[in-house]
Amino acid sequence: MKILVCISHVPDTTAKINFKDNNTAFDTDGVSFVINPYDEFGLTKALFLKEKHGGTVTVCHVGPASAEPTIRKALAIGADDAIRVDAEPTDGFFVASQLAAIVKENQYDVVICGQESIDYNGGQVPGMLAALLDLPFVNACVGLEVEGTNATLEREIDGGKEKLTASLPLVLGGKKGLVEESDLRIPNMRGIMMARSKKLEVKPATDAAKHTAVAQFEKPQPKAPVKMIAADNVEELVNLLHTEAKVI
Amino acid sequence: MATDQFQSPDYYLLDELLTEEHKLVREATRDWVKKEVSPIIEEYAQKATFPRHIVKGLAEVGAFGPYIPQEYGGAGLDQISYGLMMQEIERGDSGVRSTCSVQSSLVMYPIFAYGSEEQRKKYLPKLASGEMLGSFGLTEPDFGSNPSGMVTNFKDMGDHYLLNGAKLWISNSPYCDVAVVWAKNEEGRIHGLIVERGMEGFSTPETHNKWSLRASATGELVFDNVKVPKDNLLPNKSGLGAPLGCLDSARYGIAWGAIGAAMDCYDTALRYSKERIQFGKPIASFQLQQKKLAEMITEITKAQLLTWRLGVLKNEGRATTAQISMAKRNNVAMALDVAREARQMLGGMGITGEYPIMRHMMNLESVVTYEGTHDIHLLITGMDITGISAFK
Ligand SMILES: Cc1cc2nc3c(=O)[nH]c(=O)nc-3n(C[C@H](O)[C@H](O)[C@H](O)COP(=O)(O)OP(=O)(O)OC[C@H]3O[C@@H](n4cnc5c(N)ncnc54)[C@H](O)[C@@H]3O)c2cc1C
Repeated sequence: MKILVCISHVPDTTAKINFKDNNTAFDTDGVSFVINPYDEFGLTKALFLKEKHGGTVTVCHVGPASAEPTIRKALAIGADDAIRVDAEPTDGFFVASQLAAIVKENQYDVVICGQESIDYNGGQVPGMLAALLDLPFVNACVGLEVEGTNATLEREIDGGKEKLTASLPLVLGGKKGLVEESDLRIPNMRGIMMARSKKLEVKPATDAAKHTAVAQFEKPQPKAPVKMIAADNVEELVNLLHTEAKVI
Repeated sequence: MATDQFQSPDYYLLDELLTEEHKLVREATRDWVKKEVSPIIEEYAQKATFPRHIVKGLAEVGAFGPYIPQEYGGAGLDQISYGLMMQEIERGDSGVRSTCSVQSSLVMYPIFAYGSEEQRKKYLPKLASGEMLGSFGLTEPDFGSNPSGMVTNFKDMGDHYLLNGAKLWISNSPYCDVAVVWAKNEEGRIHGLIVERGMEGFSTPETHNKWSLRASATGELVFDNVKVPKDNLLPNKSGLGAPLGCLDSARYGIAWGAIGAAMDCYDTALRYSKERIQFGKPIASFQLQQKKLAEMITEITKAQLLTWRLGVLKNEGRATTAQISMAKRNNVAMALDVAREARQMLGGMGITGEYPIMRHMMNLESVVTYEGTHDIHLLITGMDITGISAFK
């Protein structure tokens, strides 16, 4: 089975978020980056599938060279090889077009994306990618089993789960549930050494439109300071909730 | 213990001196420590029990012989990677780091550097995979700082050696499958022998009631007419220089490890001082507390620079015994000072197992003693710069 895992490179969840250039760009200064958590579940699932059925796991990232440590980490965790499309991943359609070109060229059986990336939370790429390839697509996927050329998938829906069947090749947008947090793998030293010699192919971007551009980012209003009210002063609390917070 | 929120300080942007691979080694080790060591270490230290189950995990992550070539089961990484791993593991606990130092630098290293090809093939892959745990016997009841006086000895009996004597203060001894033991031959020359558990006359009683390195097992190695096969003698180096060569490698790892312990104390005290309110303010707003924190981060930063440079020299094969000695002494003393100051900053909470500081502080009392005491390292530097030995 040939599996492609599309990974994005996102700020660590503890990073302090700031913007620059008149609030039109994310300020990466001092920010450490990680594999998008949704994609990490997908990568781990891909390794499980490979261990069960044989095959290869390729990771693909659309982005500049600064993302290569993240790609190397995916290789150290166990992916066999990697492709980086050398372009700024600013627009969902553009990124999906780049990935579609890679999938067309190499013919994967299963293409695993995260349901969204935790930086811009666009959530567009997996769906667009499936549409561009005319392949079955399951988003918010929390379960995948493959038997020959058939797959059974589980998807989270409001208040429950939906079970689906599809035939390969297919595209999915995965999340926790595909594997559990405790299944995630920490690279070991031998893996890190082996990653040195695994292939990381850098490809130029193919021509594709960018349909959106960022006009401006805005941070949420800072939280107002807490006002402490003595436990026995209910009257004051009700008064403030009514007149100041205006929630009752 | 609460969840491990550790973040490492990097006041001088020293990460820029590391490669991406170094940073990945550090991140992977830190993630492993947060997952496998932090949640359990306090309990094991309180019970004074060696968490034997983590040996497998340490082997899996690659903490045993990271710089030993891959053909013998190691990872073939460089010395800075080894140092960063020791830093992260000691950030968790000096006892766990001790287990790794002994396995990597005091057992795998001598077999790799002084052993025959058969010995390397026989032992190194099993030591790397954690199937075997090793110990290193140099110190004796009457010979600590002065190992050249050792009385443990072996006689050539024709088809085997007959080993007699006893070693004291031996890390991992109660659980070890093999021990690299330093003993004198009939001419009084020091050689290394690989002694295996199960050999008749070989026992490893545990030393109890330690207030330090409580999550690491320490004990004796007792040899009562042990018949050691001749194939178990390390053939390629003898004399005191052989065990001292191992100590160079372990001390180098300790120099990094101590920074980890210091960082954990600093990080804990910094976070606590911003949250703890006294006199209506966080205690971090008082000058006396700021002085402590400012001195801690200054000393940690200096130690980081010293160690990074030592790592570069070690990668180039140029680090001298005296340079390694200086870094071990400086960084361990620094970590002890940081631990003591940090403990005070937590007030009463500082003495509890809710926070890691007191455990680090007590652990470091061993670290400042083993692998050459603080004083002995001063004498090494003294001899190096004056050319005069003040040992005797
Ligand atoms: C927890 C723990 C684990 C250990 N693990 C191991 C191990 O795995 N393998 C191993 O072989 N050993 C191990 N050791 C032993 C350790 O290396 C020795 O304790 C150390 O070398 C000091 O020896 P000593 O305890 O006999 O002290 P001593 O040598 O008796 O020293 C006592 C004091 O005298 C000072 N002193 C000694 N000589 C001089 C001098 N010439 N000038 C000035 N001051 C001097 C010392 O600095 C020290 O302060 C371990 C020790 C501990 C505590």
